[in-house]
Amino acid sequence: MPKMNLSHFEAAVLFALFSSVVLGVITKRTDADRLRYGVRCFAYFMAALIGLGWLMRLGHG
Amino acid sequence: MATDQAKSPSIGTWAPVVGLGWLLPGGGHFLLKRTGRGTLLLVSVLSMFFLGLMMRGAMFQPQTGDILTTIIYCGGFLGDLASGLLYLLATWLGYAQPDIAGHVHDYGTKFLVGAGLINILAIVDAYEIAVGKKE
Repeated sequence: MPKMNLSHFEAAVLFALFSSVVLGVITKRTDADRLRYGVRCFAYFMAALIGLGWLMRLGHG
Repeated sequence: MATDQAKSPSIGTWAPVVGLGWLLPGGGHFLLKRTGRGTLLLVSVLSMFFLGLMMRGAMFQPQTGDILTTIIYCGGFLGDLASGLLYLLATWLGYAQPDIAGHVHDYGTKFLVGAGLINILAIVDAYEIAVGKKE
Protein backbone atom coordinates (compact mmCIF):
# COMPACT_ATOMS: atom_id res chain seq x y z
CA MET A 1 0.00 0.00 0.00
CA PRO A 2 1.44 3.42 -0.94
CA LYS A 3 2.56 5.69 1.84
CA MET A 4 0.85 9.03 2.05
CA ASN A 5 2.28 12.26 3.35
CA LEU A 6 -0.21 14.95 4.24
CA SER A 7 0.22 18.27 5.97
CA HIS A 8 -1.61 18.98 9.23
CA PHE A 9 -4.12 21.06 7.31
CA GLU A 10 -4.81 18.47 4.60
CA ALA A 11 -5.25 15.66 7.13
CA ALA A 12 -7.54 17.75 9.32
CA VAL A 13 -9.66 18.82 6.31
CA LEU A 14 -10.11 15.19 5.23
CA PHE A 15 -10.99 14.16 8.78
CA ALA A 16 -13.53 17.00 8.96
CA LEU A 17 -15.01 16.09 5.58
CA PHE A 18 -15.68 12.43 6.33
CA SER A 19 -16.85 13.10 9.89
CA SER A 20 -19.25 15.79 8.63
CA VAL A 21 -20.70 13.45 6.00
CA VAL A 22 -21.43 10.81 8.65
CA LEU A 23 -22.81 13.33 11.17
CA GLY A 24 -25.10 14.71 8.47
CA VAL A 25 -26.28 11.28 7.34
CA ILE A 26 -27.14 9.93 10.77
CA THR A 27 -28.47 12.98 12.56
CA LYS A 28 -31.37 14.48 10.64
CA ARG A 29 -34.57 13.11 9.17
CA THR A 30 -34.81 14.67 5.71
CA ASP A 31 -32.19 14.85 2.98
CA ALA A 32 -32.26 18.66 2.92
CA ASP A 33 -31.70 18.81 6.68
CA ARG A 34 -28.91 16.23 6.41
CA LEU A 35 -27.13 18.24 3.74
CA ARG A 36 -27.50 21.47 5.70
CA TYR A 37 -26.28 19.89 8.93
CA GLY A 38 -23.33 18.21 7.21
CA VAL A 39 -22.24 21.50 5.63
CA ARG A 40 -22.66 23.29 8.95
CA CYS A 41 -20.57 20.67 10.77
CA PHE A 42 -17.85 21.00 8.15
CA ALA A 43 -17.90 24.79 8.54
CA TYR A 44 -17.58 24.42 12.33
CA PHE A 45 -14.65 22.02 11.89
CA MET A 46 -12.95 24.50 9.56
CA ALA A 47 -13.59 27.44 11.88
CA ALA A 48 -12.13 25.49 14.82
CA LEU A 49 -9.17 24.31 12.73
CA ILE A 50 -8.25 27.77 11.47
CA GLY A 51 -9.05 29.48 14.77
CA LEU A 52 -6.99 27.06 16.85
CA GLY A 53 -4.21 27.17 14.28
CA TRP A 54 -3.96 30.94 14.60
CA LEU A 55 -4.24 30.73 18.39
CA MET A 56 -1.28 28.35 18.53
CA ARG A 57 0.72 30.49 16.11
CA LEU A 58 0.07 33.64 18.12
CA GLY A 59 0.72 31.80 21.37
CA HIS A 60 4.13 30.74 20.15
CA GLY A 61 5.00 34.35 19.32
CA MET B 1 -43.72 -6.23 33.17
CA ALA B 2 -45.77 -7.57 30.28
CA THR B 3 -46.04 -4.01 28.98
CA ASP B 4 -42.25 -3.57 29.15
CA GLN B 5 -41.73 -6.78 27.18
CA ALA B 6 -44.26 -5.65 24.60
CA LYS B 7 -42.42 -2.33 24.17
CA SER B 8 -38.88 -3.68 23.86
CA PRO B 9 -38.06 -4.75 20.31
CA SER B 10 -37.14 -8.38 19.76
CA ILE B 11 -33.48 -9.16 19.23
CA GLY B 12 -34.28 -10.62 15.82
CA THR B 13 -35.30 -7.21 14.50
CA TRP B 14 -32.06 -5.44 15.30
CA ALA B 15 -29.29 -8.01 15.85
CA PRO B 16 -28.68 -8.78 12.13
CA VAL B 17 -28.65 -5.05 11.36
CA VAL B 18 -26.19 -4.28 14.15
CA GLY B 19 -24.01 -7.30 13.33
CA LEU B 20 -23.82 -6.53 9.62
CA GLY B 21 -23.36 -2.83 10.37
CA TRP B 22 -20.34 -3.67 12.50
CA LEU B 23 -18.79 -6.07 10.01
CA LEU B 24 -19.40 -3.95 6.92
CA PRO B 25 -19.72 -0.18 7.47
CA GLY B 26 -23.13 0.88 6.18
CA GLY B 27 -24.18 -2.77 5.97
CA GLY B 28 -27.03 -2.28 8.42
CA HIS B 29 -28.42 0.47 6.22
CA PHE B 30 -28.12 -1.74 3.14
CA LEU B 31 -30.05 -4.47 4.95
CA LEU B 32 -32.76 -1.92 5.75
CA LYS B 33 -32.85 -0.76 2.10
CA ARG B 34 -31.31 2.65 2.90
CA THR B 35 -28.76 2.27 0.12
CA GLY B 36 -28.00 5.96 -0.39
CA ARG B 37 -27.16 6.56 3.25
CA GLY B 38 -25.42 3.21 3.50
CA THR B 39 -23.21 4.10 0.54
CA LEU B 40 -22.23 7.44 2.07
CA LEU B 41 -21.37 5.73 5.36
CA LEU B 42 -19.42 2.99 3.60
CA VAL B 43 -17.42 5.47 1.52
CA SER B 44 -16.67 7.67 4.55
CA VAL B 45 -15.54 4.85 6.83
CA LEU B 46 -13.57 3.09 4.08
CA SER B 47 -11.84 6.32 3.08
CA MET B 48 -10.90 7.16 6.64
CA PHE B 49 -9.64 3.66 7.32
CA PHE B 50 -7.54 3.44 4.14
CA LEU B 51 -6.17 6.95 4.62
CA GLY B 52 -5.17 5.84 8.13
CA LEU B 53 -3.41 2.79 6.71
CA MET B 54 -1.65 4.86 4.02
CA MET B 55 -0.47 7.30 6.69
CA ARG B 56 0.90 4.26 8.53
CA GLY B 57 -1.16 4.82 11.65
CA ALA B 58 -0.73 2.42 14.56
CA MET B 59 -3.44 0.07 15.80
CA PHE B 60 -4.00 0.23 19.55
CA GLN B 61 -3.43 -2.85 21.68
CA PRO B 62 -5.27 -3.02 25.01
CA GLN B 63 -3.00 -2.03 27.88
CA THR B 64 -3.69 -1.36 31.51
CA GLY B 65 -1.79 0.72 34.00
CA ASP B 66 -2.73 4.14 35.28
CA ILE B 67 -6.22 5.35 34.45
CA LEU B 68 -5.13 7.45 31.46
CA THR B 69 -3.19 4.58 29.89
CA THR B 70 -6.15 2.24 30.35
CA ILE B 71 -8.61 4.70 28.82
CA ILE B 72 -6.41 5.57 25.85
CA TYR B 73 -5.24 2.08 24.94
CA CYS B 74 -8.40 0.10 25.73
CA GLY B 75 -10.62 2.84 24.24
CA GLY B 76 -8.38 3.07 21.19
CA PHE B 77 -8.49 -0.70 20.75
CA LEU B 78 -12.30 -0.67 20.90
CA GLY B 79 -12.34 2.20 18.40
CA ASP B 80 -10.11 0.24 16.02
CA LEU B 81 -12.18 -2.92 16.51
CA ALA B 82 -15.38 -1.03 15.65
CA SER B 83 -14.28 -0.87 12.00
CA GLY B 84 -15.29 -4.54 11.81
CA LEU B 85 -14.03 -6.50 8.85
CA LEU B 86 -11.62 -3.73 7.87
CA TYR B 87 -9.79 -4.06 11.19
CA LEU B 88 -9.91 -7.85 11.19
CA LEU B 89 -8.59 -8.08 7.61
CA ALA B 90 -5.83 -5.54 8.21
CA THR B 91 -4.73 -7.43 11.32
CA TRP B 92 -4.99 -10.87 9.72
CA LEU B 93 -3.02 -9.65 6.69
CA GLY B 94 -0.22 -8.62 8.99
CA TYR B 95 -0.61 -4.86 9.35
CA ALA B 96 1.36 -4.06 12.49
CA GLN B 97 2.71 -0.55 12.31
CA PRO B 98 4.72 0.45 15.38
CA ASP B 99 3.76 3.70 17.07
CA ILE B 100 6.43 6.10 15.85
CA ALA B 101 6.85 9.84 16.14
CA GLY B 102 5.63 12.16 13.39
CA HIS B 103 2.46 14.06 12.64
CA VAL B 104 1.50 11.91 9.62
CA HIS B 105 1.66 8.67 11.65
CA ASP B 106 -0.19 10.36 14.46
CA TYR B 107 -2.98 11.48 12.13
CA GLY B 108 -3.05 7.97 10.66
CA THR B 109 -3.66 6.50 14.12
CA LYS B 110 -6.49 8.98 14.68
CA PHE B 111 -8.00 8.21 11.27
CA LEU B 112 -8.03 4.49 12.08
CA VAL B 113 -9.77 5.08 15.42
CA GLY B 114 -12.04 7.74 13.86
CA ALA B 115 -13.19 5.28 11.19
CA GLY B 116 -14.30 2.90 13.94
CA LEU B 117 -15.99 5.63 15.95
CA ILE B 118 -18.04 6.90 13.03
CA ASN B 119 -18.97 3.30 12.28
CA ILE B 120 -20.37 3.09 15.83
CA LEU B 121 -22.53 6.13 15.02
CA ALA B 122 -23.68 4.37 11.84
CA ILE B 123 -24.52 1.21 13.80
CA VAL B 124 -26.57 3.20 16.33
CA ASP B 125 -28.42 4.91 13.46
CA ALA B 126 -29.15 1.54 11.81
CA TYR B 127 -30.36 0.17 15.16
CA GLU B 128 -32.76 3.09 15.59
CA ILE B 129 -34.13 2.56 12.10
CA ALA B 130 -34.53 -1.18 12.71
CA VAL B 131 -36.53 -0.71 15.92
CA GLY B 132 -38.69 2.02 14.40
CA LYS B 133 -37.34 5.04 16.28
CA LYS B 134 -36.23 6.66 13.01
CA GLU B 135 -37.10 6.40 9.35
